[in-house]
Amino acid sequence: MANFLSTIQFSDPYFSVLLLLAIALVMSVGFVFLSQALGPKRYDRVKYSVYECGVDPFTPASVRVSVKFYLVALLFILFDLEAAFLYPWAVLYRELGLFGLVEMGIFILILLAGLIYAWKKGALEWQ
Amino acid sequence: MMEPSAYLLLSGILFGIGVAGVVARKNALIVIMSVEIMLNGVNVAFIAVGSHLGDPTGSVFAFMVMTVAAAEAAVGLAILIAIFRLKETVDITELSVLKW
Amino acid sequence: MAPIAIDAQALLQSTYSILPEILVVATALFVLFVDLILPEENKRVLCGVSIIGVALSLFAVFSMGPARISGFSGAVVHDGLGAFFEIVILSACALTLLMATGYSEWEGTHKGEFYSLLLLSTSGMMFMAKGTDLMTVFLGLETLSIPIYVLVGFHRNRMSSIEGALKYFLLGAFASGFLLYGIALIYAVSGTTKIPQLAAMLLDASLAGNPMFLAGAGLLLVGLAFKVSLVPFHMWTPDAYEGAPTLVTAFMSAAVKAAAFAALIRFLLLALPGMQPAMGKILWILAVLTMTVGNLSALRQDNVKRMLAYSSIAHAGYILVGMVSGDVLGGQASLFYLLVYAFMNIGAFGVVMLIAQKEDEGYDIGNFAGIGFRYPVLGALLTLFLVSLGGIPPTAGFIGKFYLFSAAVKNGYIGLAVIGVLNSAVSIYYYLRLVVYMYMMPAGAEAPAPRPPRVAFSLALCASAAVVLVLGILPRSVLEFAERSVLSLLM
Repeated sequence: MANFLSTIQFSDPYFSVLLLLAIALVMSVGFVFLSQALGPKRYDRVKYSVYECGVDPFTPASVRVSVKFYLVALLFILFDLEAAFLYPWAVLYRELGLFGLVEMGIFILILLAGLIYAWKKGALEWQ
Repeated sequence: MMEPSAYLLLSGILFGIGVAGVVARKNALIVIMSVEIMLNGVNVAFIAVGSHLGDPTGSVFAFMVMTVAAAEAAVGLAILIAIFRLKETVDITELSVLKW
Repeated sequence: MAPIAIDAQALLQSTYSILPEILVVATALFVLFVDLILPEENKRVLCGVSIIGVALSLFAVFSMGPARISGFSGAVVHDGLGAFFEIVILSACALTLLMATGYSEWEGTHKGEFYSLLLLSTSGMMFMAKGTDLMTVFLGLETLSIPIYVLVGFHRNRMSSIEGALKYFLLGAFASGFLLYGIALIYAVSGTTKIPQLAAMLLDASLAGNPMFLAGAGLLLVGLAFKVSLVPFHMWTPDAYEGAPTLVTAFMSAAVKAAAFAALIRFLLLALPGMQPAMGKILWILAVLTMTVGNLSALRQDNVKRMLAYSSIAHAGYILVGMVSGDVLGGQASLFYLLVYAFMNIGAFGVVMLIAQKEDEGYDIGNFAGIGFRYPVLGALLTLFLVSLGGIPPTAGFIGKFYLFSAAVKNGYIGLAVIGVLNSAVSIYYYLRLVVYMYMMPAGAEAPAPRPPRVAFSLALCASAAVVLVLGILPRSVLEFAERSVLSLLM
């Protein structure tokens, strides 16, 4: 046994991945068997339906989506792009120094102004 | 070093698909989506050339295009919602208050 | 990796080079926030705040002078050309804002968003005029276009307004795609997006003859041609101009055109020495088509707003005449005409919106019958602006056209000049038709009185009329300014 352990290279970077896989396998299989063995069994129509986070998986394709979703989606995409600009800055943070910090501060302040405006105009309310 | 010509071809194809969509489709929403495809084609070209030349301008330009595309999409969808509220349709061939 | 050194002095100089733009953007954000705390009945204050911001920015342009200040590693430059166009754009914005004091009251556009969008669009135009990198030009173009799409559809309960906005948006976005692909192709061939470097590379014949580069330059031209509404890329113009709130139409017709032409002049004049054979011919055809189609379509219009929209297309053609040769003389004439056009066109729209009362049906030419004698001041002002648009002396419009066509003749484009003059003669017909309606036709029985203008509105009209008259008689100093602006570009 000691002989076998000594052949495994713990320093190998893929060892942790292997470990993760093993644990995940044991746990997932284990839970299925555990719930089979211990859980109470009451079957009804809902239990037999396809699992999709509690939403009925089969609905007509042409449902009306509330316009409120569009508003939230629009705001999301606009502010999401802010993050795209933050990444290159973060990578070069040290090289850019104070200049980059000030520049980014102005950038974020202008976006913040937009957010406050949207907030005050009630675009974030969900009535 | 990678060869940009294949990427430029891809970008040309994407751009062409977008143009075809804008020209052929009647639904304004799909027209907007086609414009987005055109812009993504442009992005592919910028990034490929920039990376080939080792020049950051291409990638920076792609960032700018993404931002502008998002702002444009936001305004376009807002206009579409406004027009839908008045007319209950987004078919661009049915917009004829103003004669061409 | 080498550290990116940005020293404090370069930063300060960069900031200084875009000072007028910073002032406009700051005003736009300020207006947005004042709007949040202002009660509904005091929204008029926003208009005043915007005017102050624009005035400050104009003051900054004047005090910076025509000296060349380059900033942000060559992405923008404040030079004579930039200063000239900033003055044109800011004047157009100021006139629009002065007229907004009245228009907003009748049409319900006293809103924070309205002024904020107007100012943001103005800042985009200024960046476009100053951009020496195609990236700056593109960003400026989008910063000017996106607010304009919203402004065109600002009357969101009026079908023609929102329909004009959708058409303008769809075609505008489509055109930006072409512009961008053009830039991408140019970048792929040359490896740079900076206009001066491109111009230097173009002197070497191998780049100027490269088909991919030519395709890129062509697509770039198409993108800009959409914005200045050159035929055959003008389909959106009549609809967007007719549907938009008239105030926005006035602003668009003058300022958007100026900004897009600024970028075009910068690109063409710098790049043309290397591309003259191909580019000159294309511009010749575009100019002739634009003048002719614009004027012939305007002949048939009974809606004054739509007539002015087609006339605006024709004027883009006249301005393009100055750029066909790509020399200083033509460029100078184009610049002068753009300045004059801003004042006479906004002035004409201003009088028209006082008379028309209502959007859409109010602009029927029948409503203008008999205005001339019942309201002599309005009649005289509109006649002055129309005469100037038609190019009849002693107005600035005449001087502008004279310099445009004589520059074409001096460069050997005699056919082009003849077509231009013929077009000008055609245009006089439809401008004078409106004058005839005002003075010769009896007023309808229930003809409503025009709206009484506010003080600021009258000021804007008087200022436009004064510029049209003074530049018609004493154009020398402005012409010299235009010449120095073009020369500053070539140095």
